[in-house]
Amino acid sequence: MTAPALPAADAPGTREAPGLPAGARRGLLPLLRHELRAVHALVHRDLLRLRAQPTHTALMLLQPVLYLFLLGGGLAALIPHSALGVGYRTYLFPGILIMTVQAPAIVVGIRLITDRQSGYLRELLMAPVSRPTLLLGSCAGGTLVSTIQGAVLLGLGGAVGVPYDPLLAALLIACMMLASFTITALTLLLAVSLSRPETFQMLLGLVMMPLLFLSGGFFPLENMPGWTRALTAANPLAYGVDLLRRSIALRVPGQADVVGIEWSGRQPSPFLEGAVLLVAGVTALLWAARRFSRVE
Amino acid sequence: MQPTAGDDSRSRTTPGPRPARARPAYAISTRGLVKSYPGADGTSTHAVRGLDLDVLEGETFAFLGPNGAGKSTTLALLCALTRPTAGRATVAGADVLGRPDQVRSRVGMLFQHSALDPDLTAEQNLYIHARLYGLSRRHTRRRVTETLETVALADRRRSLVRTLSGGMRRRLELARGLLHAPRVLFLDEPTTGLDPHARAQVWEHLRVLRDRQGSTLFVTTHYLEEAEHCDRLGIIDHGRLVAQGTPAAMKAAIGDDRVALRTGDDAAARQVVARTVPPGRTVTLDTEGVSVRLPDGSAWIPRLCAALAAHGVAVHAASAAPPTLDDVFFHHTGRSIHAAAAPRTPTVPLADPPASATEEAP
Repeated sequence: MTAPALPAADAPGTREAPGLPAGARRGLLPLLRHELRAVHALVHRDLLRLRAQPTHTALMLLQPVLYLFLLGGGLAALIPHSALGVGYRTYLFPGILIMTVQAPAIVVGIRLITDRQSGYLRELLMAPVSRPTLLLGSCAGGTLVSTIQGAVLLGLGGAVGVPYDPLLAALLIACMMLASFTITALTLLLAVSLSRPETFQMLLGLVMMPLLFLSGGFFPLENMPGWTRALTAANPLAYGVDLLRRSIALRVPGQADVVGIEWSGRQPSPFLEGAVLLVAGVTALLWAARRFSRVE
Repeated sequence: MQPTAGDDSRSRTTPGPRPARARPAYAISTRGLVKSYPGADGTSTHAVRGLDLDVLEGETFAFLGPNGAGKSTTLALLCALTRPTAGRATVAGADVLGRPDQVRSRVGMLFQHSALDPDLTAEQNLYIHARLYGLSRRHTRRRVTETLETVALADRRRSLVRTLSGGMRRRLELARGLLHAPRVLFLDEPTTGLDPHARAQVWEHLRVLRDRQGSTLFVTTHYLEEAEHCDRLGIIDHGRLVAQGTPAAMKAAIGDDRVALRTGDDAAARQVVARTVPPGRTVTLDTEGVSVRLPDGSAWIPRLCAALAAHGVAVHAASAAPPTLDDVFFHHTGRSIHAAAAPRTPTVPLADPPASATEEAP
């Protein structure tokens, strides 16, 4: 065994050995590359974990599939085709996609808290990168994993009357990515404010169920009382569902019959809906980064 | 903001470029370092209060102190995880206040309760860590291989961390701390919770690091036999450095050997011993028998035995022990380092010089 090429501890102030990261003088570009490598490291960690736990991933995917075929199958017999413009299962599909992406997005928040408890977070904080970068890395990792799982579920589209079309698939994946990003950012904002995983999980269990049901993914909200409509307009999941539904409507025109989000009686354009999601996600992430930087 | 460590006033008097020999190369240098935490009722808790510490490059420095003395806070300050309330510190040539990112890129840290990702392999854990430190992919691959070899874990590179033993995990954490080739490595209780064999292995690797690469090691430990092997040690108590020096010098400063006697009548023996030894020596009586601190203790044993025999006191056992690091630690902190296990009861006066009048914080 040869001695590793560890540079000898030289006097302070002298130049460091070549190949060593984080030189004494760093320009903006190397600095950026440095931070990007840290983001990549965290995304890489999420992907490795995804691969290391195939059972866990499969079980996480199984839940929305069960919902789609059991809930969808059961209710399809009750809800008339005319009320929705499409079959109930086709109607349910955007909601199921959002349900698929929200689960791994939330895992990111749980992991931030468990990492803090296990001490792994401290290891991350020791790295010579800024704290917002670490948060961005977690967010990017969560978004990517969520989108991958959503894309896998997209494969079931044919079974519920959503045609296989590369363009449509790309559009749906882009929408899911946007929705995952916003959900992950919101989860992280919650996670940096809480220190106990139990509290976090209870709070999420409490909040996620109404958010999912009031997203318009499971039943149309047109006939619901006015206050639920107001809640829907503030529900990020509803924007995700609406974006997915309107994308599918490009190929399955009946999907457009159901009105999702309304701002004082008018439906905003899909681009505006996407912008709302993006702004909400970025704001949440910035706020989370601010809180995260304050923690000692 | 001073970019370098050391005595600046002295180097400033030298015109032109600073000669390297003009000042000792300090890996760590702190002056008046203070860290306070705001308390509940407007008061503040001082975890570290005015720490002056110098650690030379290439030195293995043991940092000892009772629980709650400020060890962990000092470590957090030195590796720029926490900002000091006052004072300054230079670590590996970078200022902890001005360039915390630079400090963190030049130091490695092995936390007491370190954490690896148990669901990933040894190699994957190291890979992620190296990338976090900004190493390029190629450089990362090389360093992962090298550090795994350094800690003799090359054959377990593809094992899940979950399946590794405690000692192996500790060595893997050591490898992780070495990935970015730190100039200064901080180790917080690196061997706590390991069996003697694993402890010896960790220290074997640390010695290799020091000898082959001249790395500076800053170690906190509860095992005094480990501190014994360090170049120098410092003792912190109540947030202040109360003593520092080489283990030999610190033991020599205590000076006198501890002469202990077990007799048939300890109370009478105490009187006799007190009359025999030079005046001013405190003779202690406890359950262990009679003890007194004397220079060149073994030479005193025959004289004490003869005196006791003359007074008809039977001597069962006599011993003279040079001061240990535990004596040094007790001398400076008023506590044994194994405080939780066996506190030396303060009800029995011990043969300590009056200098050890350390007051207990409420």
